[in-house]
Amino acid sequence: MTAKIPYADVEVGTELPAQTFPVTRATLVQYAGASGDFNPIHWNERFAREVGLPDVIAHGMFTMAEAIRVVTDWVGDPGAVVEYGVRFTRPVVVPDDGQGAVIEVSGKVAAKLDDHTVRVDLTATSAGQKVLGMSRAVVRLG
Amino acid sequence: MALDQSFVGRTYPPTEPYEVGREKIREFAEAVGDANPAYTDVEAAKALGHPDVIAPPTFVFAITFKAAGQVVADPRLGLDYSRVVHGDQRFAYVRPVRAGDRLTVTSTIETVKSMAGNDILDIRGEVHDQDGEHVVTAWTKLVARAAEEA
Repeated sequence: MTAKIPYADVEVGTELPAQTFPVTRATLVQYAGASGDFNPIHWNERFAREVGLPDVIAHGMFTMAEAIRVVTDWVGDPGAVVEYGVRFTRPVVVPDDGQGAVIEVSGKVAAKLDDHTVRVDLTATSAGQKVLGMSRAVVRLG
Repeated sequence: MALDQSFVGRTYPPTEPYEVGREKIREFAEAVGDANPAYTDVEAAKALGHPDVIAPPTFVFAITFKAAGQVVADPRLGLDYSRVVHGDQRFAYVRPVRAGDRLTVTSTIETVKSMAGNDILDIRGEVHDQDGEHVVTAWTKLVARAAEEA
């Protein structure tokens, strides 16, 4: 397997290119279909409000899928991801206002580990608030 | 109602195989807006050393969560699914999931606890391919929020 980032070139504190991911209601409907998660809190505003949410929210797993792209785009080979975990701390609220929401993700190398792997700590925010906690990936470099 | 602690360590039978298709991977990659060619172009995947297109890292959740459904829906456990939220999710990969895999999931309840009226359940899903080789482990934490006072 080839990774485009050499392990030797990376230090603790190395920042990965940050990315922003727009999310609209259409995105959520498409993700529901692709993932098989048709929970109405992700597409039905009336239902979302009935269960106490401020509005429709993104699937946590959608946010998790977007956040790891900062890592997979950095290394090139998504198969280089050895571990990936997150805590869902706050929902991404997606209003039906023609704009939707934006998820902003940044990443930083937090530790150099054995076997040419590094731990990357990710930060994901939406509307200025952290939406993932303990968001960490271990990835194998070249 | 507190969950039955005796369920800790319980393992459920492996699921029927799920066959990973190239077009399903493409559909998922498009849904998350990820244009990495390793997901859609066999030659690009091969150039990275994979025998076929691979799936994005979180793709396998659809399979492991469905498998966890047999735990969640087990009436003997007594989880109120209408109050469940997804707390944590973690994956450890032996190799990426790829097209052509026939994956089975074996789910085990790792933790059952109650905190401040919330029921917390940790489920581990071990994913194996058609040759019995371990592909990935998924850990899912579910939290059933305390019922409101009537």
